[in-house]
Amino acid sequence: MTEPALVASGLTRRFGGLVANDNVSITLEHGRVHALLGPNGAGKSTLINLLSGDLAPSAGSIRLGTREIAGLGAAQRSRLGLGRSYQKTNIFGSFTVHENCRLAAQARRQRPWRIFANAIADRATNDIADAALETTGLRSQHARLAATLSHGEQRQLEIAMVLATGARVLLLDEPLAGMGAQESARMVELLRRLAPAHAILLVEHDMDAVFAVADEITVMVEGRVLETGSPESIRASAAVREAYLGTEAEN
Amino acid sequence: MKHSPPWLLLGLAALALAAFPLLGQAFYVELLAKVMIFAIFAMSLQLLAGVAGLVSLGHAAWFGIAAYTLVLMAPKYHPANLWITLPAAVLAAAAAAFVVGLLVLRTRGIYFIMVTLAFAQMFYFVFHDTGLGGGSDGVYLNFKPEARIAGHLLFDLGNSTHFFYVSLGAMAAVFLLLAAIRRSPFGHALDGMRANEQRMRALGFPVMRYQLAAFTLAGGLAGLAGYLAACQFGFVNPELLAWHESGNVLLMVILGGLGQLHGAILGAFAFALLQEGFASVTRHWQLPMGVVIVALVLFLPGGLASIAARLRRPRS
Amino acid sequence: MDPVTFLIQSLNGLQYGLLLFLVASGLTLVFGIMGVVNLAHGSFYMIGAYLAFSLSALTGSFFGAVALGIVLSVVFGLLLEWALFSRLYHRDHLDQVLLTYGLILIFEELRSLAVGDDVHSVAMPDFLSASIPLTDTLSYPVYRLFMSGICIVLAMSMYVVIQRTRLGMRIRAGTSNREMAQGLGIDIRLLFRFVFAFGVALAALGGMLAAPVSSVFPGMGSQVLILCFVVVVIGGIGSVWGALLAALLIGFTDTFGKVLFPDYAGLSVYVLMAAILLWRPAGLFGRA
Repeated sequence: MTEPALVASGLTRRFGGLVANDNVSITLEHGRVHALLGPNGAGKSTLINLLSGDLAPSAGSIRLGTREIAGLGAAQRSRLGLGRSYQKTNIFGSFTVHENCRLAAQARRQRPWRIFANAIADRATNDIADAALETTGLRSQHARLAATLSHGEQRQLEIAMVLATGARVLLLDEPLAGMGAQESARMVELLRRLAPAHAILLVEHDMDAVFAVADEITVMVEGRVLETGSPESIRASAAVREAYLGTEAEN
Repeated sequence: MKHSPPWLLLGLAALALAAFPLLGQAFYVELLAKVMIFAIFAMSLQLLAGVAGLVSLGHAAWFGIAAYTLVLMAPKYHPANLWITLPAAVLAAAAAAFVVGLLVLRTRGIYFIMVTLAFAQMFYFVFHDTGLGGGSDGVYLNFKPEARIAGHLLFDLGNSTHFFYVSLGAMAAVFLLLAAIRRSPFGHALDGMRANEQRMRALGFPVMRYQLAAFTLAGGLAGLAGYLAACQFGFVNPELLAWHESGNVLLMVILGGLGQLHGAILGAFAFALLQEGFASVTRHWQLPMGVVIVALVLFLPGGLASIAARLRRPRS
Repeated sequence: MDPVTFLIQSLNGLQYGLLLFLVASGLTLVFGIMGVVNLAHGSFYMIGAYLAFSLSALTGSFFGAVALGIVLSVVFGLLLEWALFSRLYHRDHLDQVLLTYGLILIFEELRSLAVGDDVHSVAMPDFLSASIPLTDTLSYPVYRLFMSGICIVLAMSMYVVIQRTRLGMRIRAGTSNREMAQGLGIDIRLLFRFVFAFGVALAALGGMLAAPVSSVFPGMGSQVLILCFVVVVIGGIGSVWGALLAALLIGFTDTFGKVLFPDYAGLSVYVLMAAILLWRPAGLFGRA
């Protein structure tokens, strides 16, 4: 058994009196998709923000491989191979698709003091950006302004940027949000392709997609982990059904 | 993120400027040199405001600190050595900007504008209240610096023709340096931070360090302008650091168009033209200037550079 | 420092702090509620001082000048909001900075055209011109106590209005959430217009009250503007109570700084600001 890619334990985050995450523990393994479910307000986005470094935890530890990262900022975590995408599309709309990815690739090998180098002509970053676009199927769109892409393509670009940073652990916040059936299917297929070489945390509301790709599922309710297990055991769990799936079904 | 400047036009303009002292009157040669110094000042702020997206309202501090550095270092009875005083002045300005940057870069947006203004005012008081630089009266620079190589006089900043070409050369050098930076990975990262700081952080960029580097560099280049200004005026006083100077240089940047390097040069020339034009009509030249500024904000948000763009691309 | 000097300097610090609060509260309200950075706020202070000068010559009475001046500055604020500031709400800070910078140039030149560039003194009302003797040689001017009193009364009325009235509820709703306030059926445009005019009047009143003490001079607006910025930076944007605390801090720092380190008098306030920035970048009452 190899070392887990990421182990978070006892993560707690308070906002004033509100406890958004209460003693949350989660483990991500290489080559596996770990889905995070829970009703709105369960604390899923807070957890992603804690893991990515956008928020500082009030308590708890996060280990990336063998390294403790809870005290590091978002940028440092990213350079250590932890990448995230955003629930609300967060790309550089006024840059081209390729520029978005090249900027992400540039983060890997930052040599800002080389002020006489031409960023556009850097072979290494261009190759990384091209590879990320190829993987996500955006190669043909590389010259377009990111803002002019369709919603689904923008979500793909989010993922492509994370890939271009060279991240091994991917925190994906609702990558299927707002997508049509066809776009969703393409994204699910992409996630499947990424799984073998990455550890993925997938926050997603689309149940079909989750059960189609997840190797493991954690269900959160009211800031706490309710249950973690295989898709089958989660599907069979009475507690989960009551707390989450039940209410979802009624809706 | 491609920002190719209009090289051909700029080259022709540089040639025209270079030929000017051969034809123009002494008064205009000096005026043009002053405008070029302000163009350097404006370009340094363009790096901050237009490229890095950090709108500073305290940029005159670095300009003034370098000017004071030269005057305080200069010997009383013979010319200062340019090879020593110029780097010292630029470094002093950059060092001050670095220290202040550590503090002000903890803030953003409106806060950043206010805090930069307040720190510039602090330096204003340093020179105004303490005995360091002659208080509110300022200090005279008795001899202009000169540059020698192995004992031979290369140029003398007291000579207005020499001074003109040194200013032109400095302006061209700063333009080329900043143009290189814009196309470098550093410049692209600053572009990204201006557009979306949080995303850049998530991608792995230490945003604060990049911004601090830009802030320091901009401070140093403003210092270069301040050094030249002290040479030309022949004296310094705290008004060099006054916040109206910071306001005016920001105005130049915006007049010329935020984000375009050559816009800063254009803006400096436009500002000087307006200033000289209004001043020739009335002692209260700031009144029409104020009206122009208000009108500019209300009717021409993209600056002068956007006029050309609009003409090229008529509204569809 | 002997106790009497300490008392006098403390009263000076309090008075200076309260006056700064009066001016800065208008600035921070306009920030907090409308999201507009207004460089011309210091000009309203300057205009107030010159109104006190011109109108007391005209009416022969300081209080007549203040009353008339307040009415004029409210009207001026309403007009200014209608003509210019209402166009700035959806613009970025840079446009706001630029336009209000242009306004400063315009106001200063109009002032110069109207009353010239000389320094003027303004006579204080006779019954306030006395001093309270404290020792054989030291005394404290009644007028400064009067200034502090006015500022305290205004601060308390602001507290009551903001915390206890429907209008105050609307203002607070507008500060915390503009869209929600609009959803509650609050006429934001009208609210903005009056809050802005109120801010102008506060700054102008500050200038009028200060005029007999500080005299009236060109450039007085810029000085106070920058100090107001320091108040807002230290107190936290949009927080009226942060502004009060910060203004008092600055009042005391500056007053005692002048006594203790006369050579570095101008610097003490900025050193204080630097320290606060290191400790709490969003200000004492700011949300991080």
